[in-house]
Amino acid sequence: MQYSKKVIQHFTRPHNQGTIEDPSGVGVVGNPVCGDLMKIYIKVDKKGIIKNIKFETLGCAAAIATSSMITDLAKGKNIKEAMKISKNDVADALGNLPPIKMHCSNLASDALKKAIEDFESRK
Amino acid sequence: MTKKIYLDYAATTPVDREVLRTMLPYFSVKFGNPMSLHQFGQEALEAVEKSRQNVADFFNAEASEIVFTSGATEANNLVVKGIVRAFLAKNETKPHIITTAFEHHCVLNACKSLEKDGLAEITFLKPGADGLIKADDVKKTIKPNTILVSIMYVNNEIGTVQPIAEIGKIIKKINPKILFHTDATQAVNYFNCDVKKLGADLLSMSAHKIYGPKGIGVLVIKKGTPIKQILDGGEQEEGFRSGTHNVPGIVGLGKAIEQVASAKNKIINKNITTLRDYLIKKVLKEIKDAKLNGSKIKRSPNNANFSFKNIEGESLVLMLDKEGMACSTGSACSTGSLAPSHVLMSIGLKPEEAHGSLRMTLGKYTTKQEIDFAVEKLKKVVSELRKTSGNVLQEFYDKK
Repeated sequence: MQYSKKVIQHFTRPHNQGTIEDPSGVGVVGNPVCGDLMKIYIKVDKKGIIKNIKFETLGCAAAIATSSMITDLAKGKNIKEAMKISKNDVADALGNLPPIKMHCSNLASDALKKAIEDFESRK
Repeated sequence: MTKKIYLDYAATTPVDREVLRTMLPYFSVKFGNPMSLHQFGQEALEAVEKSRQNVADFFNAEASEIVFTSGATEANNLVVKGIVRAFLAKNETKPHIITTAFEHHCVLNACKSLEKDGLAEITFLKPGADGLIKADDVKKTIKPNTILVSIMYVNNEIGTVQPIAEIGKIIKKINPKILFHTDATQAVNYFNCDVKKLGADLLSMSAHKIYGPKGIGVLVIKKGTPIKQILDGGEQEEGFRSGTHNVPGIVGLGKAIEQVASAKNKIINKNITTLRDYLIKKVLKEIKDAKLNGSKIKRSPNNANFSFKNIEGESLVLMLDKEGMACSTGSACSTGSLAPSHVLMSIGLKPEEAHGSLRMTLGKYTTKQEIDFAVEKLKKVVSELRKTSGNVLQEFYDKK
């Protein structure tokens, strides 16, 4: 198995890693059995724009890299557009993922969706 | 250039210089086929037989009891499938095999494939939390139709040493007809492998774990053992293993095993034990929420296997690799399967502990400076990854 350069870059120097105090929404996916747990925090402004986004991830290189990438892809986007970011979008932006990682570790878009749903349920 | 430190000797070892030197003429100068009658062939045959004698001496067996294979995987497949094949040729009952749940995949999957084809029933014995199989558990599992017990000498992931001689004795006491096999791949470097002392009818090993080349291994088969070949062809190795001899490999194996038997090796092993103990002590002292997997005492001198809380192993291995350190993990993500290490799960670890494991295995070239460097880097990388994982695991359990 081999990772793309982009995956290794995001894995070794992840973007937007950390937490947000007083977030507008939080999404958690994964479980310890498969080895990946991912948590996304978002701060949404009055216009529905994701102003800030952070993540915490316990998982493999692909799990960390996809978390980092989704924060890049979602930041500054309207929540409606952000909802549309798919697993394939994340993988494409990373210059592809090994096939086995597509399903087990590419959970970041699910975590983001959950965070947005959480935000909407709080309204 | 960044420093590179290899701490994955259980995965494979570099070929020793002297071993390599001994092998080299057999590639293009003394290239003959040992089955040929002319001088080219006879020269190669002589080298093969010399190596066979070295190997036989090491295991306290006869030269005629040594079968060269492509490695331990082939040797272990030959044991499991060849014995069942020989049994089924003469019997109509379904044979029973006892093995362990934390065996290497080549034994495990060979057994599972026979089970799936309905050719044998298999018992997979569970080790204790210390990574040890109890001889008494083997005894309790023996049935009237048990024909084979296969138990590894040293576990490849956690390095625990099984009571092979004790198990050998118990089996033969109950039924001397039951064949006893041990996969000694990880043991040859460090433990007594006298097949008579171990009470083993069959023993397998691989050269690349003992500073020999890849692609060559041995199965010791005690004279008179009912076993059939699994490869058909030119009847090399008394028909047990057809296929042209890997002459350079066989020569390399013979030299490598000669070195293991040398007096110098005792000093090397003592040194490895000291460094390994130093490593374990340092890691457990300097990195919090770290634990050692497997028995601390009944353990191969070169093995340390840890679990780190809030860390996933593949990430850990890749980060360490970036720092110039080569180790391995029992995390699912590293193996291409989705389940975490069957070895770590079999000794009762939680999935996240198995995912968070790191195996560091030392060898004869390991130095104290390397261990110091390794622990420094390990500390740094663990703390970075823990920053990334935050508190997600604890929160997951709190919610449940």
